[in-house]
Amino acid sequence: MIIAIPSDKDSLDSAVCVSFGRAPFYCLYNTETEQSTFLANSAADSPGGAGIKAAQLLVDNKANIVITIRCGENAAKVLEPADITLFKALNLSVADNIAAHKQDKLEPLKEVHAGYHNGH
Amino acid sequence: MQATTMAIEPTLAILSGKGGTGKTLLSVNLASVAKEATYIDCDVEEPNGNLFFNPTQEFGKLVTVKKPVVDEALCDGCHKCVDFCAFNALALIGKRLMIFDEICHSCGGCIHVCPQKALSEQDRAVGEMSIGRSDSVRSISGSMNIGESSGVPIIEELLKHKGEDLTIIDAPPGSSCLVTESVRLADFCILIAEPTTFGAHNLAMVHELVSLLGKPYAVVLNKVMEGKNPAEEFCIKNNIPIIGRIPFDKKLGSLNSVGKIASREEKHYRELFASILSKALAKVNP
Repeated sequence: MIIAIPSDKDSLDSAVCVSFGRAPFYCLYNTETEQSTFLANSAADSPGGAGIKAAQLLVDNKANIVITIRCGENAAKVLEPADITLFKALNLSVADNIAAHKQDKLEPLKEVHAGYHNGH
Repeated sequence: MQATTMAIEPTLAILSGKGGTGKTLLSVNLASVAKEATYIDCDVEEPNGNLFFNPTQEFGKLVTVKKPVVDEALCDGCHKCVDFCAFNALALIGKRLMIFDEICHSCGGCIHVCPQKALSEQDRAVGEMSIGRSDSVRSISGSMNIGESSGVPIIEELLKHKGEDLTIIDAPPGSSCLVTESVRLADFCILIAEPTTFGAHNLAMVHELVSLLGKPYAVVLNKVMEGKNPAEEFCIKNNIPIIGRIPFDKKLGSLNSVGKIASREEKHYRELFASILSKALAKVNP
């Protein structure tokens, strides 16, 4: 199983990024091998539709779980039909969130927001 | 043998950096004091010109844009359309293509790059427009559907119906691409500003826009009172011509607030707006 976590930096002690779609990196953690890799987010500087592109990136990288602080509705529309489960991140490092997930301490992410899109 | 050439009358656009400054007040009154005019309400997010004109509708239609639709039997999930889309309007889960209509900019690129010819174009309504008449004014108005991200296609449609008579364009507030599109055909821009620090700041924003676009312009000061007027100070400092001063006037405000066109109600308002119109026209054809 692959867990994806948006992160500010490409290291396990990084904070979880407050933005899902515009996070600079995603930590991809493989629960079988216990290996983690960091993926640069090509959607981070998109003028629009960043959530969709970021979700696509995680679908393409075979993520099964996303641990995030928040998630926009367009991103959720891509993640949900791809059977990716969303969990609410704790205000801790990436590594601590992986550990918390392992101990079943994370709550499902219940709310998706309508986005912070600005006009043209 | 005599060749007659009909002169095309100018197009004036009314702009301001924020809402509530007096764009519609000035626009509907300028259109009303002209012998004949076309008024185009380009504030498609919140059109209100027709509250004043209350026109008899002569024409109406839906405004549509092209959107891609997928034939799932033909799509093999190759990902090329998703990679191509610069607006991230497409997502692919396995062989299931998702299309986000509100994000699509109707460029048609996905249809072009699809090797399976699985994508085609369909019309999608994004708003509506109408043309009506109110005495000497032909009023063109449009409104955008709730949830759409851009009013530009509607403004484009409105401008297609511009005639050769004097045209007054009531622009959306601010200096976004909606405003840029609205003033595209303008021969002259009138910037309207309130006598406050905030008013001067907003005036500076639209001043920067019309300067960038290379449009000739002048300012009308609205809600003018005695005392300090930061918008006027901005004009003096930047050598911007002031072609009118609309006083802070309770009667004018009351007429306007019940949807009355002041220049159709009282002679001195007609004279005030006629004077602004003739000064603007003198600047277009010096």
